[in-house]
Amino acid sequence: MSDKPPPQVLRAEALESLLVEKGLLQSADIDAVIQRYAERTGPLNGARAVARAWVDEDFRQRLLSDGSAAIEEFGFEGGQTERLLVKANSDTEHHVIVCTLCSCYPWAVLGLPPAWYKDPEYRSRIVREPRIVLEEMGLSLGREVSIHVWDSSAEVRYMVLPERPAGTEGQDEKALAGLVSRDSMIGVALAGRQG
Amino acid sequence: MDGIHDLGGLQGFGRVKWQDESEPVFHGRWEAVVFAIMQAGARAGAFQNVDRFRHAIERIEPSAYLTHGYYGRWLGGMETLLLEAGMITRQELAEQLHKMGLPEDFGRSARPKAKPDAAGPAPATDGNRRAISRAARFARGERVRTLRYGKSGHTRLPAYARDCPGQVTACHGGWVFPDTNAHGLGEEPQYLYTVRFGAADLFGPEADPAQNIHLDLFEPYLLAETGAEE
Repeated sequence: MSDKPPPQVLRAEALESLLVEKGLLQSADIDAVIQRYAERTGPLNGARAVARAWVDEDFRQRLLSDGSAAIEEFGFEGGQTERLLVKANSDTEHHVIVCTLCSCYPWAVLGLPPAWYKDPEYRSRIVREPRIVLEEMGLSLGREVSIHVWDSSAEVRYMVLPERPAGTEGQDEKALAGLVSRDSMIGVALAGRQG
Repeated sequence: MDGIHDLGGLQGFGRVKWQDESEPVFHGRWEAVVFAIMQAGARAGAFQNVDRFRHAIERIEPSAYLTHGYYGRWLGGMETLLLEAGMITRQELAEQLHKMGLPEDFGRSARPKAKPDAAGPAPATDGNRRAISRAARFARGERVRTLRYGKSGHTRLPAYARDCPGQVTACHGGWVFPDTNAHGLGEEPQYLYTVRFGAADLFGPEADPAQNIHLDLFEPYLLAETGAEE
């Protein structure tokens, strides 16, 4: 026997058919969603902003004081940045983002969130035992590092500015952007390696 | 509402099911379909604002909330809103499912109200920031305490942060108030603050002493903290 799709998948199909029949939905709408969110937005946008902040102190200051204004020069699409605040990690302060009540996420700079970010495990535990959760995800923080958890409970969106990895002094902005993982901008990993 | 969505601080969940960045944005066509249904519903006027959509998701069957995944939750929320707005009927949906050889309740998570909230006014302008003429009640640096009780409707004060002392670290000006906006009761803009909490003030002596939690909270969730200072 083949695997039957989960109930919500078939129910989505039923609702789709009904809305198409009523003229409220067209297949072009679905193609447009895929084009916009699967192909034209993603964490590369945030990575470009981070890399620029690493090489341009003036931009770094602007990014940290008003993220929404600073990223305007990139012209990202995807919404969710009416007020973007960026929190800089350091040797002694580590920032990590979550939305415990739903799954708010800075779409314009990071794209749509990964499934685990929206799942109950991450949303319940990261506010209560972040050091343990980060450790499980491969990020060990020393006791001397304070942890700041940003729970996006309103329309302000947060992004983490990870530290520039050591030994990257000679690299240009474009090469540096390649070192900035999605996870490092959520705060569950450091830049320069995958979580 | 004291719902299943309010997950912060709950215990009993296991390890994060992390996946690397090669994870597809949509895990199947159906997820993009649900996204498009949300957009179609917004266009057709099934809901007027994101607060109402979020509240519809909060109201789905709790067991489905935990097991249907993110887009499964959106689906339950959209079915709720489309039914409440009268844009589809239970009968039509049942017929569609029958055509597919499925019973009416197959995969159902929607929990429409028999007497839905009023649609409410259209947004006054784009976005969620709004000018407020009155002065902000709290200043940066001020000690505050969060409300002790939750309420039945939509709200954005997580349960884990109720009746807790914290410190205002930023004021973001006026924003649409989700608690009224979700229910068709208008935007009623309120000042929005970032409040910093020590983890021990939220979770007690077991908490990590080197941990802070920052929440963005609307002015009506906050009281002046007049008790003894630590």
